[in-house]
Formats: sequence, C-alpha cells, structure tokens
Amino acid sequence: MLDFLFYLFSALTLLSALLVVVNRNAVNAAMFMIITFVGMAGLFLLLNAYFLAVLQVLVYAGAVMVLFLFIIMLLDVEHASKVRPDTLTVVASGIGFLLLASGVCTLFLYGGVEPSYFPESVPELPLTAHSNANPLEYTTAARSFGYGLFTKYMLPFQMTGFLLLIAMIGVIVLSKQYTQPNIAGSKDATIKR
Amino acid sequence: MSITLNEFLFVSGLLFTIGFLGVLLRRNTLIIYMGLELMLNAVNLALVGFSRFNQTMDGNIFVFFIITVAAAEVAVGLAIIVALYRKRQTVMVDELNALSH
Repeated sequence: MLDFLFYLFSALTLLSALLVVVNRNAVNAAMFMIITFVGMAGLFLLLNAYFLAVLQVLVYAGAVMVLFLFIIMLLDVEHASKVRPDTLTVVASGIGFLLLASGVCTLFLYGGVEPSYFPESVPELPLTAHSNANPLEYTTAARSFGYGLFTKYMLPFQMTGFLLLIAMIGVIVLSKQYTQPNIAGSKDATIKR
Repeated sequence: MSITLNEFLFVSGLLFTIGFLGVLLRRNTLIIYMGLELMLNAVNLALVGFSRFNQTMDGNIFVFFIITVAAAEVAVGLAIIVALYRKRQTVMVDELNALSH
C-alpha cells in the first residue's frame, strides 16, 4: 500500500513538474506547480516528516503560488512565449541534461546507497529525554522541530527572522513609485522604477 | 514499505533535472522562476530522505530554513520582475538584452 502511494505521489510530482516546464500558458503552469507541491507533500508524509508536509502545503502551495498567480494576472503576459530557444541554448541544456541524467542513472547502475532501507522512526521522545545530542534524534513529532530550532539552531532562526524583515523592506522599496517633491514646478513627476 | 532511499533520490534527481531544463529552455521569467522553485524542492526531498535515513533531525530543520528563504526569495524576485515590467513592458529574457551589446 505504501509502495503504491510512493509511486502515485512521485508520478504526480514528476508529471506535473514536466507539464510546468512545457506549458505555454503561465497560469496553467502555476496550477500544475501547485499539484507538484502537493505531490511533494505526499512524499514528505511517506518519509514521516509530517510537519514539513504541512509546511509545504501551507507555504508553497498556499503563499508562494498565490503570489505567483497574482503576479501573472497582474502582468498579463499571455501574448508572449512563441519564441523558440536558439540552437546554442538547446545544445548546452542538452549537455547539461545528459550529465544530470547520467548521474541519476549511475545511482541505479551501481546500486546506490547500501543498505538503503529506512530505519524504524521514533514517534516521539518523552519530554525529559531530549538531550544535547549532536546530531539531534529524528522523531516524527513537531516538538522536535521546536526543540532543535530553539536550542541548537537558535542563531540561524533569529537570522531567518531578520532575513524576512529585510525581504519585506526590499519588496516595499522595489515596488514603490517614487515622487520627486520640489523640482521647479514638476511636482507630480514620478520616477518609474 | 519496500521503498528505499535510492528511489527517493531517483525522484529527487529527476525533479531537479526537469527544473534545470525549465530554467535553461524557457524564455518567460516567471516560468524560469518556477523552474528554480522545482530545483529547490528536489533538493528538499533529497535532504528529508537523507535525514530520515540517518535518523537525524538536522536535515529536516535545514529544509525548514530552505522553505523560509525560498519564500523570501520569491517575494523579492517577483517584486524585481514587476519593477522590470513597469520599465520595459516585457518579461521575456531574450528581449531584456540591454547589457549584452
């Protein structure tokens, strides 16, 4: 049953990712992108990373793709994308594709990681059992995330908060229409950025 | 379940390849951005697989940070695309060639 779910979710992910790339219409591409993210969330569930699956759906399929769709509708670029890529680009990307594909195939030809079976996953550690273990123990509970984020990864966590603040300020600065106040009568002159 | 780490790595590699081809072959900046997101997601899948395989939480927490940074990156990148569209009225990369000659 779990095997079937793995094949289902990976087929869903890969097929819709392919459709994202080959689709002419940007809105359809964004819709297939959402399906890709839901399939990825399913794969995360099969890896017992429940919290990340929820986060994937919330952040990627929810926030990021809504932003994408909003920008696509705002810019209204339906008329474009009839241009063929030039030969040099096709050759270069073909070479890159062959390199990547040979890397992926080598994984199977040489057997990959051995033994590659997943160990049994721990549902949750008792509250007192969390230690300063390095590396942190893998559990399926969201509490392990909180524990890791607030002890070992405290500094990166704080820096991520600052990064989000800086991104917010950057977006406001980038998308603001600047007006020059007092240049010799041209009071409403806007500088398009 | 008889699915092992290798299958997950295979799916992750294929997903990365698809995103890579999307970045290189497409001309629309928004689709190129989606290709970048696909590549980030492929790496996320490999990281979670390795994290589960090694029984450590660190890979999962790293994926948490990657998701946060990707969200910030998408916001800034889309703002840049909107600013570019206001100035040049296009999002196709082969018309944005002011630096090439």
